[in-house]
Amino acid sequence: MAKVLVLFAHPRPDRSEVNFPLFETAKGVQGVTAVDLYADYPDFNINVDLEQARLVEHDVVIFQHPLYWYSAPSIMKEWQDLVLEHGFAYGLHGHALDGKSFLNAISTGAKPNAYSKDGMNHSDLRSLLAPFERTADLCGMRYLAPFVMFGAGRAMEENRLDVHRNAYDDLLKALVADRFDLKKAAKANYLTDVLDDFILKGEAV
Amino acid sequence: MGLLSDAFVYLCAAVIAVPIANRLGLGSVLGYLIAGVFIGPILGIVGSETTEVQHFAEFGVVMMLFLVGLELQPAMLWKMRQQLIGLGGLQVAGTTAVFAGAGLIFGLSWQSALALGMILALSSTAIVLQTLNEKGWLKTQGGQSSFSVLLTQDIAVIPMLAVLPLLAIEHGNGHGNAGSDGHGETAAHGGEALASLPGWAQALIILAVIAAIIIAGRHLLRPIFRFIAEAHLREIFTATALLLVIGIALLMDFVGLSPALGTFLAGVVLSDSDYRHELESDIEPFKGLLLGLFFLTVGAGIDFDLLFGAPVMIFGLALGLMLVKFALLFALGTVFKLSGPDRWLFALGLAQAGEFAFVLFGFAGGAGVLEQNLLRTMTLVVAISMLLTPALFIFYEKVVAPRAAATSDRAPDVIDSRGRVVLAGMGRFGQIVARLLMASGYDVVILDHDPQTIDNLARIGVRTFYGDATRPDLLHGTGLGEADLFVAAIDDRDKQTMVVEHVAKTYPHVKILARARDRHHVYELENAGADIAEREVFEGALTLGREALIALGAHPYRARTKTKDFRNHDRAMLDELRENYNDGGVDKSYIDAMRAHSETLLQIMRAERGEEGHDRTERGWNPPPKGDATL
Repeated sequence: MAKVLVLFAHPRPDRSEVNFPLFETAKGVQGVTAVDLYADYPDFNINVDLEQARLVEHDVVIFQHPLYWYSAPSIMKEWQDLVLEHGFAYGLHGHALDGKSFLNAISTGAKPNAYSKDGMNHSDLRSLLAPFERTADLCGMRYLAPFVMFGAGRAMEENRLDVHRNAYDDLLKALVADRFDLKKAAKANYLTDVLDDFILKGEAV
Repeated sequence: MGLLSDAFVYLCAAVIAVPIANRLGLGSVLGYLIAGVFIGPILGIVGSETTEVQHFAEFGVVMMLFLVGLELQPAMLWKMRQQLIGLGGLQVAGTTAVFAGAGLIFGLSWQSALALGMILALSSTAIVLQTLNEKGWLKTQGGQSSFSVLLTQDIAVIPMLAVLPLLAIEHGNGHGNAGSDGHGETAAHGGEALASLPGWAQALIILAVIAAIIIAGRHLLRPIFRFIAEAHLREIFTATALLLVIGIALLMDFVGLSPALGTFLAGVVLSDSDYRHELESDIEPFKGLLLGLFFLTVGAGIDFDLLFGAPVMIFGLALGLMLVKFALLFALGTVFKLSGPDRWLFALGLAQAGEFAFVLFGFAGGAGVLEQNLLRTMTLVVAISMLLTPALFIFYEKVVAPRAAATSDRAPDVIDSRGRVVLAGMGRFGQIVARLLMASGYDVVILDHDPQTIDNLARIGVRTFYGDATRPDLLHGTGLGEADLFVAAIDDRDKQTMVVEHVAKTYPHVKILARARDRHHVYELENAGADIAEREVFEGALTLGREALIALGAHPYRARTKTKDFRNHDRAMLDELRENYNDGGVDKSYIDAMRAHSETLLQIMRAERGEEGHDRTERGWNPPPKGDATL
């Protein structure tokens, strides 16, 4: 059994159509600790000791957020700046996070074809998330491909939300049960609602 | 002349001469001397009775030493010990030795020579400190060194007062007698009460009295002053302060010690009490007037026949005196590595003899240590050296400093004094401000007028001075002249405005931050001269309101954003209504403007966004509109 930490960041949960429901899903999964960063730290006074202790206790760390300016909402940057201290997360004696897994669970406004060489963003999604991947590397964590909801602005109208919520539920449960193929997920470009290739059947690995 | 007409003449002379002398940079001591010269030798209004007046005025010296003691916080002295003992000690000892040697050569007895040497070693604290302060030189190295030496000299007066009677030529015993003309009686005639006791018993009683002063000062006076202060009767506090000084003087007189020594000791004991500033400002006017009177009588007693009889000798002596002192100071400055212009400032500034000389001359004359003719001559010499001091400072300012600036590429002296804050009102509001500033490492001088508050704060290790911040003299005593910041946190609305107005007028360079009762008080304080005025309950109420929103189910971050919007809007309203308020107070147009603002606020806070809403009145994050095809 693995312990999963979902760090959720959305500045307007009252207007969130995808992320907030996903966060509700995460809260319902056994073995998942779900944290609303904007609720815990409305003034950005992040409790570094508490956050570090949480990291140590968990095996998988998920940043769940809408993609803002090819990054996360600002509180996540503050969280990284303060919590990932030298001597804790990186550096000569900073090995507290070694061997853990990390992934972004994100929603984007644009459709999948916007994230390609010829698309609007001139780059694929995983390359754009390089700062997160490099951060995970530096902290000795395995970076998994991002779990994405593309075109989130119209997901509700197009009835894609329930499928995505179920996929998130599957993903979290598989992670908790050690039935997620981490090696394979680390190599993928991104994870979508079709997770069959990554979820292992039978005994836990 | 009657008492009133006497008082009229003296006050008149002082009121005319002292401000003029001050304006000319001569300092108030010379002002009093000159006033005395006018009413005495020149106009002949006062005559022989001056000795009697002088006798009375000598009590000013006792008070002065009490104040000197009050200024000497043991902790500060300890910090300055190297400067005081090294630089100051060498100056006093060296100058004493040289002048005593000169006295011997001129045929004085060793006792007289030593007395003269000690007295001439002192410089004029009054003139030098005032000038350094005015010119802004006090924080330079030269100024700081001068300050150290002057402080040492002030302290050195105490042992000098003790030693002088021992040097009496006719009377070998330490108590002396009243002297032929009654000079120095306050110091030299006590002790009859103990005279019949054996020496060891006398010594024992003297030690016991000193110990009693120290112990009582530490443990008895504080509750007494607190009790008096709680009565909130200002004149009774002043009366208590006077009673203390006079009582100690009498006690010391009784056991045959110098009253000045006793009050000095009491001053030192009380220097770290919370009532220091209050005591200082209560005694200060009495001391100032009595000392002024003393210097007036010195001026009135100046012998002009002597000056006109041998002008060359008198001026020669004065110049010689200054040259010797200058040379010694310059040498000391070199030894203590004062550089260029600092050394010059140090040596030129302290080259005169000081006002203490008049005091000690009176003393020495009374004790019979120095004979009267010599005293008259030396009084003139000292006065002339003081009169020439402003010329020395001008020489430094016009000749030395510009040349030093031109020839050296040395960086300007580092001003090592930290930003200083004076805070008035240590109530619920002031405490928070003070704690934040002190925790951040700033020096905060705190004033409060509630003894209970002061005691409570003392218990948790915060020093607060007792005093009513609406008293200008007391405010000045906190060093507001050199402060950067004044925090006005007084509870009483009108007093608060009054204090802000006074500080803004008197100390235009000090930035004023003020606690305001409400919106209208903000305007009043700003008009009184406050740089920043903050409503005392505004932020606290907002914070609680935000908690209320959360308790009602709002997301904490949403509650924060709402609160922020409210704050911004309210501050904008404060700015926009300012002109309206200053125009005619709370009139119809003011109320209309306020009502209009409240409407806008309601709209902003309640704004319900439509499906496609991307509401710009609310600048938090909002989702982009769903219809935008470019996304």
